[in-house]
Parts: sequence; structure tokens; C-alpha cells
Amino acid sequence: MEKVLTTHFANERYRRLDTYRRYGGYEALKKAFAMTPEEIIDEVKKANLRGRGGAGFPAGVKWGFLPKDLSRPRVLVINADEGEPGTFKDRLIMSRGPHLLLEGIAISCFALRAHACWIYIRGEFAREAGIVDEAIAEAYAAGFLGKNILESGFDLDVTVHRGAGAYICGEETSLINSLEGKRGWPRLKPPFPASVGAFGLPTIVNNVETIADIPWIVTHGGETFAGLGVEKNGGTRLIGVSGAVNRPGVYELSAGVNLKEIIYHHAGGIRDGKALKAVIPGGSSTPVLRPDEIDVSYDIESMGKIGTMAGSGGVIVIPEGTCMVRSLSVLMNFYAHESCGQCTPCREGTGWLKKIVGRIEAGKGRQGDVELILDLCDNMMGRTICPLADAAVMPAQSFIWKFREEFDRHIGEQKCPYGNRF
Amino acid sequence: MSAVFSEAGRAEFERLLTRYPDRKAVILPALHLAQKEFGYVSDEAIVYIAGLVGTSPAEIEGVATFYTMYNRKPVGKYHVQICRNISCSLLGAEHLIEHVSEKLGVRPGETTPDGKFTLSTVECLGSCGTAPVMQVNDEYHENLTVESIDRILDPLP
Repeated sequence: MEKVLTTHFANERYRRLDTYRRYGGYEALKKAFAMTPEEIIDEVKKANLRGRGGAGFPAGVKWGFLPKDLSRPRVLVINADEGEPGTFKDRLIMSRGPHLLLEGIAISCFALRAHACWIYIRGEFAREAGIVDEAIAEAYAAGFLGKNILESGFDLDVTVHRGAGAYICGEETSLINSLEGKRGWPRLKPPFPASVGAFGLPTIVNNVETIADIPWIVTHGGETFAGLGVEKNGGTRLIGVSGAVNRPGVYELSAGVNLKEIIYHHAGGIRDGKALKAVIPGGSSTPVLRPDEIDVSYDIESMGKIGTMAGSGGVIVIPEGTCMVRSLSVLMNFYAHESCGQCTPCREGTGWLKKIVGRIEAGKGRQGDVELILDLCDNMMGRTICPLADAAVMPAQSFIWKFREEFDRHIGEQKCPYGNRF
Repeated sequence: MSAVFSEAGRAEFERLLTRYPDRKAVILPALHLAQKEFGYVSDEAIVYIAGLVGTSPAEIEGVATFYTMYNRKPVGKYHVQICRNISCSLLGAEHLIEHVSEKLGVRPGETTPDGKFTLSTVECLGSCGTAPVMQVNDEYHENLTVESIDRILDPLP
């Protein structure tokens, strides 16, 4: 199958500018400079490129939200705060193909008429931040960034900004606050970032993979990109498969690939010849699936129809013999740890979810605890500034709805039937 | 203990100021820089950065304590951070945490008496395809086993 991003990722030198150019790198930027910004945006719309960070919003439509008047400078911010458990694809792009990202940034900023871009990279990715910084230095030296890029008259400055350990900063308004030097508290919307974003300026925030797709779209045309996927889901996706599979890793596949095929064909099936017990299909926040539900197209609409999400493309595979209460407990610890504390339903709710799921797993669950969890979920979902509360609720509800008997058994027997172990 | 950036650190701070339209945007990078230069973000470092940025120490402290990577207390020479999230747990992270805890004689959150190792458990490091994963200072170590952890930690000077 045609690949958009990963064709040369096996080549260690592809991260260097000379090798990247040998494979046609920065030719798309030259082509873009011969187009008008509107023509580029039109191709991105035709490409059916959906945001790869998790929400899946159409990128071209998002770009269209910028105000029409150019009186205030606008900026692009790249979300490289890859933190959704199960997701590890942007790290691959930054370490193997940083110039794909930079070329995508240059084209996108030209299309958006933005002259400044910050790449917000999660703090733990120190190595990747270093690689991107080296690539930025190469691009400046070669005239692909900076003043008057390729004699086009277009100026662009790109800067890496490192986060410091906060899952919430993957939420775009939290990320903007963090970029501005504040605590990563999400902002109330409106105003939306497209009108008032980073430093008070009109701002577009896009995921690394979304922007890295842009050079290919400009080179081959939006319709060609759309044709690589399925209806409303253009192109390929980088899908990360982790957990109990024989070949974990990132796979670049059509946006309409079948989920069962991802697990059994591409990732080599379940480890140690075990049976499958459950799949968290799109990062830890997405509702869990039972084995009989995974014969489904991985596109955003098909996943939505079965009550879950393709999210950020992180498929977590849970094998038979795994305690689902313990698994949920791990996730609830995570969300309680990462709640920013701004909204009461989330700050208190994630703490209670952690506590109650934890006591069920520890053999101290009380009759009515499961109902209590579901009631808490009802009081969290959709009642906060950002979706972190929802992100905790979705696994909590779905684990209970689909594996209720395990929760009841823990409470009934007052112990973990799996011996409190993974 | 006074906290003042080295000459190189000061130059880096001045370079950072040129990359943003607002002075306060350098707070996160300046805190990283402080941690690199001083080993942790001390009270003195907070006051120092507040002076450089032109804001209150309270604002800097509010930021520093929001993010997990800024150590407000000294940590060991090697900060061993083992992921405990779902993909790593499915492949044995709990067992590895117990192993390192026994090996170093400290619980998560503690530092060995000689100041060499601090053990922490952390949330998802974004490397789930090569789980289990740990970070020692800035460096990732992936596809861990008990044996490979020993091979990584034992030779550290």
C-alpha cells in the first residue's frame, strides 16, 4: 500500500536534511509557493484529512476558522505533547522524519499566513526535541526556514517548546497556557483559539501527524490522499499497537483498515498463543471493545457507530487472564494523577473513581460500589471545561458495561480472582 | 545556596527571550534550565527566575509545582522512572518496579542513602510499543526485562 509518511523511516539518515532532500524533500514547499494559500487550503479540504490527535476534526475546516482580516498576526502551534496512553506515533515521526514535520509546518504556515510556529513537545521526549532542534537548525541554514524562504518573500520562525510532564497539556487550550508560561489549565471556550489563542493571537493547533501529512497532499493532490482512505477519512494513519501482541509497534495503514486485521495480521496476533480478552482501540480514553466487536473498519465514523473511537490511533490489546478491574484501576490512577484540578467534577470525580475501583480490586469493594461508579460518571461526563473528565468516564463506564461480572465477582468474593497481579 | 545561571546558561536564557513575543513564555524553559544547572528547582532558583522574568516567585512556584518533571527537592544522581501505565503493566511493569525497589532498597519516591538513585513510578512515557519502559534521567530504556534493567543500572558509576 502507498505510504505517506513512513516509506524511508528505516533509514537512520532520513532525519538529516541531505538525505531527506535526496528523497524529494522540500519539493512540496517549492510547489506550495507557486500556489495561493487558498489553493493549498482547498487541497487540504479535498484530502479529507482528519486531525490525528484524537478528536478527528477535519483539518481544512479548522484552518477556515481563522478570522478573515489579517490585522493581527496568526500563529501555528504543533501539538507534540503525545501523552494519551497507548499512543507513540508522533515520537516516531519526530525521531525518524523531523523534516516531514518542518516541511509541513512551512507549507501550512504559508497557507495560514502565519509567520511564527511553536512545536510543543512533551518534556520527557528530550531526545526527540534534540532531533527536531537539529533539523530546525539545518532547515534555517539551508533557507527552508527563516527570512525570505526560497526567495518567496515569506518569513517563518519555528521554535521548539518543551513541556514538563502534564497529560492535560495535550488539550489545546491547556497547551497554549503552558506555551505562555502558565500552569496547564484548559481555557473556557469561546473564545476559540482560532480567534484568541497563544499570546492573544489567532492560533491553529494541529497534531504532528496531521501536519506531517501536508507535504504529500501538496505533492500528490488532496483527492489522491483522500483515495488512500475511506469516505470522510482521507489518507493513511499511523496506528500504534501495544500490549499483548507478537509485533507491537507503529503501522502506517489506510484510514479505513479493519481493526481485527490490525491486531491479527499486522501486529502478528496475541502473544503466547493466548486468546483476546479486550481491546482499547484508540488510546486509553476510548471505550473498550470485546473480541466479538473488533471486526470493524477503523475509520472515525465506523468506530463511532459501535460506541467507541479511533482516537489517537493507539490500539491496546488485553489478553485472556488479565484482570479487567486491575486494568481499570491503573487507568483511574492515571486520570486522577493528571486531572488539573480546575473543575470540581473532574478533580473530585477522578479521585473517587481511583479510590472506589482501587478498593474493589483490593478485595474491599462494597455492595453498590458499581452503581456508585456509574453515578459518579453521570455527574462528570460533559460537565467540565475540557474533556479529561470524559476521558476518565469512558473507560470506567465501558469496562463496567462490558465486564460487569468481574466487578461483581471481586465484590462478592472480597478478593481479586486473579491474585492482584497482571 | 545561591542560584545563578552559569555564563552559558545565562546566554541560553537570553536566546530563549528572543523566541517568544512575551517574556513569561520563557518560564518553562527557564525552569528546565535551572534543573539542568542546579540539579533541582530550589527555592532560590524560583526567586532567581522570578527576578529574571520580572514576575513574582509565587507565580513561578505555581508553575513549577504544576508539572511533574520539575523536582522541587534534590533527586539522586540517577533518577529511575518506571512507567506504570496500562501497556507497560500488561507486560510486567509492576514486577519490574518491585525488582528495582528491592534491588535499590528504596520504595518509589525515595532516594538511596548514598544519593545515587531516586526511584519513581511515572505515567505513560509515550513509548508503549516498546513496553515496559523506564527513563533514567533523560534517557529512555525500552523492552525492559529484569535482566536488562540489571545490565543498565549495575554499571552506572
